[in-house]
Amino acid sequence: MRISVISAAAMGLAASVAFADEVLPTAVSFDDDGAVAQSLSGMAGDAANGRKIVGDKKQGNCVACHEVTDLSDVPFHGEIGPMLDGAGSRWSEAELRGIVANAKVMFDDSMMPSFYKTEGFIRPGNAYTGKAADDTFGPLLTAQQIEDVVAYLVTLKE
Amino acid sequence: MRKLTGAFLATLMATSIASADPVDDNLILNEETEIVTRTAAPAHLSDALDEVMSGWLFRGTETRAMQADDFDNPGMIFVEQGQDAWNTVDGSEGKSCASCHNDMDSMAGVKATYPKWNDAAGEVRTLQMQVNDCRENRMGADPWKYDKGDAINMEAALSAVSRGLPVNVAIDGPAQSTWEKGKELYYTRTGQLELSCANCHEDNYGNMIRADHLSQGQINGFPVYRLKNTKLNGAHSRFKGCIRDTRAETYKPGSAEFVALELYVASRGNGLSVEGPSIRN
Ligand code: HEC
Ligand code: HEC
Repeated sequence: MRISVISAAAMGLAASVAFADEVLPTAVSFDDDGAVAQSLSGMAGDAANGRKIVGDKKQGNCVACHEVTDLSDVPFHGEIGPMLDGAGSRWSEAELRGIVANAKVMFDDSMMPSFYKTEGFIRPGNAYTGKAADDTFGPLLTAQQIEDVVAYLVTLKE
Repeated sequence: MRKLTGAFLATLMATSIASADPVDDNLILNEETEIVTRTAAPAHLSDALDEVMSGWLFRGTETRAMQADDFDNPGMIFVEQGQDAWNTVDGSEGKSCASCHNDMDSMAGVKATYPKWNDAAGEVRTLQMQVNDCRENRMGADPWKYDKGDAINMEAALSAVSRGLPVNVAIDGPAQSTWEKGKELYYTRTGQLELSCANCHEDNYGNMIRADHLSQGQINGFPVYRLKNTKLNGAHSRFKGCIRDTRAETYKPGSAEFVALELYVASRGNGLSVEGPSIRN
């Protein structure tokens, strides 16, 4: 396998394994429009898992802010951000990756959290404990989870 | 690309905003005391909001009804406990609150002006800080823990006798620098989710965030009896919970940061009626 396992401590990542082709949260390259061309994990995304992440309170919890008709089996969708129906028609895969990784690059001062970012926070906490972040601090979603979410968003056609 | 999208998003957002407005309803306590639950925003806030609204307008029909009658309001049990404590001698000086202040009704209007600058101490004080000052320096009693049992019961009792009076905290003069500090905290995007109070309570009140209907995050109704934890909750504890939900390291109830934030948030509600103890989910 082309995978090399690096210790989480050495990487400063929450994930216990990292892959050779993985792009670190600090090394993501956004183009001028805020899109990210390259897969963050170096692998394809799994749309079915992405669908779970988008609806799951403990993972992406995207429905806290967005309504998605395809996820109507999940209760309580928020209305902070635009409805995600048709997002796959409005945006390219690279744009969707950029939005999920760090929406603030494309949309100035967006309220949307940056899901693949580890630096520049004010009083970062240890998840929802209210305590300070410790050395388990990592991005909100892993590189592969981002890819899975992007793969799912691409399927949301008009 | 960016401009096109902006216009597109604006349409989408506009349609969703209309769907979850605060209710059109009036709160009259015990069929006699009219509570102002919406009014023109105070001058210092007019750049950001036209109107300020009590959290009461954002709660469900049954929760709202519970608050209209003291017999149905579970918070009133704690008010009674606070009133009992008012008359109870405690500490080395053999005094109760009533020894210096007469009955609780003499405190009508006090809650409406707190947090407030205290000249002798050279600091802005919350009502709980003032109560503890009396306990320690006049009664020779131990201070109560911030936002906990006795302290929050007393705050609720002091609030209850001010219900219907307009919140009117001073933000100028010596209080101003504390107010500015509080304002800065209100607009700071904290935690891994990088959310400020304003993101949720100024830009998105009326909208749903998952299962929660966002209000303006006003504190005119505090202390608040929450159906969720069936007890009285202080404003600082609420701030702590909201900051925790941004995946941030919180501040402590009673901290200088939360005193400043309380002054600032209270001032955003100047003109609304004192409403505590109110009921929320
Ligand atoms: C706290 C709120 C919030 C959360 C949580 C959130 N978003 Fe967003 N999102 C927004 C807002 C607000 C916008 C609109 C962009 C802007 O102007 O800031 C947006 C825009 C978007 C867009 C482009 C809008 C379109 O369809 O045209 C996509 C795609 C998107 N978000 C996906 C996601 C995904 C996937 C997640 C979870 C992994 C997520 N969002 C979580 C608030 C949020
Ligand atoms: C991620 C969104 C979010 C952020 C950020 C946030 N809050 Fe809240 N807040 C809520 C929700 C949800 C509720 C419960 C529903 C409601 O009353 O708005 C709430 C309730 C409140 C209430 C109770 C209002 C009432 O009438 O009972 C106050 C006060 C409050 N927030 C203040 C703040 C302050 C101050 C900050 C910043 C330090 C803050 N909030 C940040 C989501 C948020």
